[in-house]
Amino acid sequence: MQLSNRTKHLEPKPLNFWERMYVPVIAQGLNITIKHLFRKKVTIRYPEVKRELSPVFRGLHILKRDAQGRERCTACGLCALACPAEAISMLSAERTKDEKGLYREEKYAAVYEINMLRCIFCGLCEDACPKAAIYLQKDRFAPAFFGREQVIYGKDRLVESVTNRAKVGLDQ
Amino acid sequence: MSPELLELLVRSLVIFFIFAITLLIATYSTLAERKVAGFLQDRLGPDRAGPFGLFQPLADAVKLFFKEEFIPSAANKWLFIVGPSLAMLTALMSSAVIPFGNVFVFDGQEIPVQGMSVDIGLLYIFGVVSLGVYGLMIGGWASNNKFSLLGAIRAASQNISYELAMGMSIIAVLMLAGSLDLREIVIDQQQSVWNVIRQPLGFIIFTTCAFAECNRTPFDLPECEQELVGGYHTEYGSMKLGLYLFSEYINMFVSSAVISTLYFGGYDVPYLSQLGLDKNIETIIGIAALFGKIFFFIFFFMWVRWTLPRFRYDQLMNLGWKSLIPLAILNLIITGGVILAFENFSK
Repeated sequence: MQLSNRTKHLEPKPLNFWERMYVPVIAQGLNITIKHLFRKKVTIRYPEVKRELSPVFRGLHILKRDAQGRERCTACGLCALACPAEAISMLSAERTKDEKGLYREEKYAAVYEINMLRCIFCGLCEDACPKAAIYLQKDRFAPAFFGREQVIYGKDRLVESVTNRAKVGLDQ
Repeated sequence: MSPELLELLVRSLVIFFIFAITLLIATYSTLAERKVAGFLQDRLGPDRAGPFGLFQPLADAVKLFFKEEFIPSAANKWLFIVGPSLAMLTALMSSAVIPFGNVFVFDGQEIPVQGMSVDIGLLYIFGVVSLGVYGLMIGGWASNNKFSLLGAIRAASQNISYELAMGMSIIAVLMLAGSLDLREIVIDQQQSVWNVIRQPLGFIIFTTCAFAECNRTPFDLPECEQELVGGYHTEYGSMKLGLYLFSEYINMFVSSAVISTLYFGGYDVPYLSQLGLDKNIETIIGIAALFGKIFFFIFFFMWVRWTLPRFRYDQLMNLGWKSLIPLAILNLIITGGVILAFENFSK
C-alpha cells in the first residue's frame, strides 16, 4: 500500500567495465584510506592529558555543610527514595545536647552509605534533596576500586571536610 | 678445520639468521598491523608498552604463554596439537629458498645469502604453500565443532582455488626467466627490466592469489568474526592460537618476499653495479633494498585489509575460478606469443 506518491524505485545498476575490473575502484579506495594516515589523530593520551568536562558534569557525590560548619543532611530519605538504582541507604539518629555544633537539626544521618557499583550518577538525589545537602561534583570521579569493600562509600568519604569546602551548585 | 665443515658451519649460520629474521619480522608485523590499523583509522595504535609500543609483541607473547593450555574433551587430541604445528612448519619452511641478497665474498669463498641454493626454488615454494592448507583443515576438523569445520572447509576450498591461478601466473614468469631457480629469476630481471613492467596482469593475479593464500582480507572468510566466531581457530587458546596467528604473519612475510623477488627484482637495485662499490657493500645494499620492498608489501597487505570489505563465499569462488584462471591463461598465451615473436623477429 502506498501512503504517498513520493516513492522512488531504485535498482542496482549493473557494473560498468571499469568497475568490473575491480582494480581501479580498489585504487580509489586505497587513496581514501591512505589520506587518513596523514591526518591528525583523535586519541587523547590519558592520564597525561585529560578531556575537558562540562560545568554540569555529574561526578562523585559530596555531603555539604552549612556556613557554621554543621552537616546539612537530616536523613529524611528523599534521596534514597528518588534513587532509581537504590544505591543510597541511611540510618538516622537523634542529636544530643553536645552535638549542637555538628548537625543542623535534631535528626541526622548516623550511617549514610552510597554503593558506587549501583549508582548511575544520574543526579536525581541532588534534585530531590530539600536541605541542599548532597551534590554531584563536576571535577571528581569515583576512582578505580579493586574489591567490593572499597566500593561502599560511607560518611567518612562523602562528607566534605570542615576546612576544605567544595565548590558546588550555585557557588561556582 | 676441513673446508667442508667450515662450509657447513657457514651455511648453518646463514640458515639460522634467515630463520631468526623471519621470526623477528613476523613478531613486529603483529605490532605493525595494530599501529597501521590505528593510523588508518585516525587513532594511535598501542603505544604504552615501551616507546611507540615496541614491547607490545613481548607483552602479547607473555600473555599467551600464561594462559591455560586446554584441549576440548571431545576433540581429537593428537590432531588438535598437529594443526597449528603444521601451519607453523609450512610457513617457516618456505622462507628457506628466497635469495635475500647477492653473494658475500670472503677471500675467494662465495657465500650466497640464501638458505638453500636449489634450482627448483619456485616449485618448492609452490609445493610448501599447497601444504599449508593442511594446517587449517586439520585444526578445523580436530576441534569437533561445526563452525570450525565450516571455517576449515571454506579455507581449504579457497586455498586450492586460488593456487591454480597463482601457479599459472608463476609459469609466465618462468617462461621469461627460463629457470625455476629464484636467483636466476632475479638475475634475469637485473639484465632486462623488472617483471612488474613485463607482466602487469600476472602481478595483479599473483598478488590477489597471495592475499587469498594468506587468508587476508578481502579473502578472510575462514576466520572472520561476523560469520564464524573464529573459524578454524575458534576452539584454540593460549600458544596454539598464538602459533596459528603467528603463522599467518609469517605467511604474509614470505608472500611479500616472493612477490618482491618474482616481480620487483628481489635484491636488485637499478644502476647499483655502475657505482663500482665493493662487492660485499653491494650485497648489503641489495639486502636492504629487498627488505624495503618486503616492508612495503607487508604495509600493502595491511593497507588493503582496512580498505576493502570481505568477499562473500560465492563471490570469492566466482572470482577465483571464473575470472582469475581465464585471465591467467590469457596472460600465459600473450606472454608466450610475445616471446615467440621476439625470437622470430630478432633472427
